[in-house]
Amino acid sequence: MDVLNVEYMLGLVPVLLRYLPLTLQLAGIGMVLALILACLFAVVRVLRIPVLNQLTIVFISFFRGTPLLVQLFLFYYGLPQLVSALTVIDGITATIMGLTMHFSAYMAESIRAAIVGVDRSQTEAALSIGMTNGQMMRRIVLPQATRVALPTLMNYFIDMIKATSLAFTLGVTELMGATQKEAAGSFLYFEAFIVAAIIYWIVVELLSKLQHYLEIRLNKAYSR
Amino acid sequence: MIKLESLSKHFGKTVVLNGIDLTIEKGEIVVIIGPSGTGKSTLLRCINFLEQPTAGTMTVGDLTVDVKKASRADILSMRRRTAFVFQNYALFANKTALQNIAERLLVVDNWPKEKAYQRAREILDQIGLGEKADAYPASMSGGQQQRVGIGRAMAAGAEVILFDEPTSSLDPEWVEEVLGLMKQLASERQTMMVVTHEMSFARDVADRVIFIDGGRIVEQGPPSEIFYNPQDPRTKDFLKKILATNPV
Repeated sequence: MDVLNVEYMLGLVPVLLRYLPLTLQLAGIGMVLALILACLFAVVRVLRIPVLNQLTIVFISFFRGTPLLVQLFLFYYGLPQLVSALTVIDGITATIMGLTMHFSAYMAESIRAAIVGVDRSQTEAALSIGMTNGQMMRRIVLPQATRVALPTLMNYFIDMIKATSLAFTLGVTELMGATQKEAAGSFLYFEAFIVAAIIYWIVVELLSKLQHYLEIRLNKAYSR
Repeated sequence: MIKLESLSKHFGKTVVLNGIDLTIEKGEIVVIIGPSGTGKSTLLRCINFLEQPTAGTMTVGDLTVDVKKASRADILSMRRRTAFVFQNYALFANKTALQNIAERLLVVDNWPKEKAYQRAREILDQIGLGEKADAYPASMSGGQQQRVGIGRAMAAGAEVILFDEPTSSLDPEWVEEVLGLMKQLASERQTMMVVTHEMSFARDVADRVIFIDGGRIVEQGPPSEIFYNPQDPRTKDFLKKILATNPV
């Protein structure tokens, strides 16, 4: 076996870093949309809003019960076949759709658990002063549930960043796609993928630091 | 003025309130006593619609509601006319003392921020916790938390403040400061309904003491009559027991 081609690896770093913004965009947009969707799902589930509740249960069951890759292919290759207008869906859009729905299904359940975990006295106090259900959720319950759900949600975000690598199967040249192309050109597969791995790793580590900081901030109100 | 007519509450087959008729004048201090599990707390919770009463009508101020036909809007306006002080304080854990008091003014009454916080500060000073404005509930003593709980109820400007065993969760050392604040409110003729086992508070502060047993009002009257000349054997029995452990 040849020794590692370190020079090639160092040269590859700036090349691959150019594709990191797209990876982060996919994950960032996906996360924001998934969070919004997950909060809606969780509220629907907690308040047991008729019809929507049943629909949400089926949605969550489907997107948790099937592989993300299958979902991505469904959105990218499948939907345009059914509805020809949907051929406008490009790889990036399909990836964001897939990540959003897949992860919102998981996150909805952890947000729901966090909401249910908020002490009953908190909701009673909110109602007693005349808040509507919506005000109670927005101002009292969700902020408290956020603190409980944060570690799990950050885990999903980290998971999502790594899951963006599946986008290369839809022809999106993000970090993974770019690495694949570089490796195919140089035949230095190990070098290329270890550089990609390290980039992912560093991004995730930075996020863990952010998570730690956020947890301290959110816990401020609850420490003696 | 508060008027309850034939108010009842059933939990399944269990009858917790069995036709309560009660009129309370503005500025009146009413203390409700009685054995555990006889519906005292449920009565207060029904007035605040934390429990949905089964039947009867309630009037608070200029709003009369037939509880069976109560719409969502009725329930909200009834809650906004009645403020609740909880046994376990139930302060909003994610909000500071100041925010806990201002919350209702901001969200329910739509006051501008500045005005709401100014009013909340006045109340904090009034309850003697001005220096705790930015403290979160977790860092306050039980007594301080309950005073903020009362402050939150004061901010509502409600027709009546409902106190549900406000000192029962407190360590003995904090009971006096909470009762002191309640006496202060009583001296300002804030209409109050108080469920408590603090018999000395009932004797010293109440205009009227109501003894409830089995979901019914058994006996009521000024404290001098209820404590020193009870008529119903159930009242006598209860007072004998409770005064043995909790002398006035």
